[in-house]
Amino acid sequence: MVEFAPGVPVRVKDDWPETRGPVHIRTPHYLRGLRGTVVRRLGEYPNPEDLAFARPAARRALYHVAFDQPAVWHEGQAGDELLVEIYEHWLEPA
Amino acid sequence: MMAVARANMNILEADSDKLLAAVRDLLAAKGLVSNAELSERIAITDAANPGQGARMVAKAWTDPTYRALMLEDGTRAAEELGIPMRGAPPLGVLENAPDVHNLVVCTLCSCYPRAVLGYPPFWFKSAAYRARAVRDPRGLLAEWGTVLPPGVKIRIVDSTADYRWMVLPLRPAGTEGWSEAQLAAIVREGDMIGVTIPVAPAH
Repeated sequence: MVEFAPGVPVRVKDDWPETRGPVHIRTPHYLRGLRGTVVRRLGEYPNPEDLAFARPAARRALYHVAFDQPAVWHEGQAGDELLVEIYEHWLEPA
Repeated sequence: MMAVARANMNILEADSDKLLAAVRDLLAAKGLVSNAELSERIAITDAANPGQGARMVAKAWTDPTYRALMLEDGTRAAEELGIPMRGAPPLGVLENAPDVHNLVVCTLCSCYPRAVLGYPPFWFKSAAYRARAVRDPRGLLAEWGTVLPPGVKIRIVDSTADYRWMVLPLRPAGTEGWSEAQLAAIVREGDMIGVTIPVAPAH
């Protein structure tokens, strides 16, 4: 998978696996489809989406991604930000 | 005891104590985790409390080398103070600065740096806190009586995955020359989540 460097603009996939069956997803709904900026790589962890169902879980890179907070909610104070852990397979270049 | 585990129980309706006993016995019977190991882990979890995080904060305020370690690798910084971290998720520490204030939340559930802060407070798990921290952080802080100086931006840290996050707050004015123990005594649970900021008691 593509490795994202700090400062790189990314987009959270606008995907809703919840509509296709039982899932365990660590990507919050409120960020799906939104743009953010990679802050740091946090290492690699077994994919919780498989781990939760006792399936073999491949290790996936986890990133800290910053989002402009007022842009997410269309309210709030300019400059405030959200910092969220997102797995690599939920990110695409923006 | 195995009879309990083998019983055809509906786990959604099972008595929780019996279910726990059955799972413990199965783990021991299969050689996965012994009852002694489980008891040790329960004791460590029960013993964890915000005083542990407060000791880390106080040391970071007085020792720049320790502060650097804490920001680089929270797990190692906790272990350096004798806090048991084996088996705990990695700990990350985010530092408040004159222009940025961190606020930790887990919108998906209640991920919390238990190893250094103990059990999460009830409100941390509430739907209201989890929703409002990300959407209306300034309104939320106002209700806690937390007033940030003008120009300070808020960074809301949504703890969604494998890390656990704690806040290294700013050392309050009026604590010059204090010992680590004195400093640790004023650091509260909320200061390390970011809903409050430490204050020096008036003399």
